[in-house]
Amino acid sequence: MTATVGVVVFPGTNCEHDVVEAVEALGGSARLLWHGSAALGDVDAVVLPGGFAHGDYLRPGALARFSPVMDGVRDFAAAGGPVVGICNGFQVLTEAGLLPGALQRNRGLAFICATVGVKVASPGSVLTAGLEVGRTLRLPINHFEGSYACDAGTLARLRAEERVVLRYEEDPNGSVDRIAGVANDEGNVVGIMPHPERAYRGLLGSPDGAVLLANLLRAGRLLARR
Amino acid sequence: MLVEVRLRPGIADPAGATVEAALPALGFTDVGEVRMGKAIRLAVEAPDEDAARRRVEQLCQRLLANPVIEEAQVWVSPGEDL
Repeated sequence: MTATVGVVVFPGTNCEHDVVEAVEALGGSARLLWHGSAALGDVDAVVLPGGFAHGDYLRPGALARFSPVMDGVRDFAAAGGPVVGICNGFQVLTEAGLLPGALQRNRGLAFICATVGVKVASPGSVLTAGLEVGRTLRLPINHFEGSYACDAGTLARLRAEERVVLRYEEDPNGSVDRIAGVANDEGNVVGIMPHPERAYRGLLGSPDGAVLLANLLRAGRLLARR
Repeated sequence: MLVEVRLRPGIADPAGATVEAALPALGFTDVGEVRMGKAIRLAVEAPDEDAARRRVEQLCQRLLANPVIEEAQVWVSPGEDL
């Protein structure tokens, strides 16, 4: 049995086909979900892909959080469904309050497009379950607003509850505690700035994103069996 | 009405820091503490100033500012013609 991944498309999203390609290559099936409908249909996992939802006007994710599809995503997440935001999708999840913190402009005000090393910091999420803490993954980042910010209390809680799932080996953008990805307290909602879908096989420069997406498909299959 | 959205104290402001770093070279050694924000102008139909202010403050909380990193200040100018 394969997991069906719903891939949300806002006006301005541009990584949805990359996610579909990677999911199908890894044995899952994928379906695009237009932002204007709150009904997710029969999906086992949801990905909010990268891009510039609603043009990133005002702030990245500020308008996308009010799209009807986010009601469906919120209900799906509350029921334990796996939800992953990649890059702009991470920004949308923080604006929607489904993940803590915020993503602001990179230190140095540079748009960063690079393949970087990130370390698995916690196995307590649908993306990183079963992965060895400290394992390095080579993944592309591609963002202007990727500097993770949160207050000291939130950071202390994230660390104590092992909800920082990925950390940059070297700080590229000024993120607090070199955070590249965080999870909610259940571990079923995860946001990461790196793009695993652009690194699911060696031909793309790195195959390291495949373990993350394979974990998402596994979580989706577990949900489907429930 | 005018809404000023600015980064909370303690939140890194790379744009403000960049401008500030350029000031000494221009001879503005007496200027500092540069913080970059956003200004949003809008018109509100309301019976009085307080009602207009409350309305826009609601809008700030829901949309115009992200309370995790930003704070907003509302300036009312009655009868202002945009």
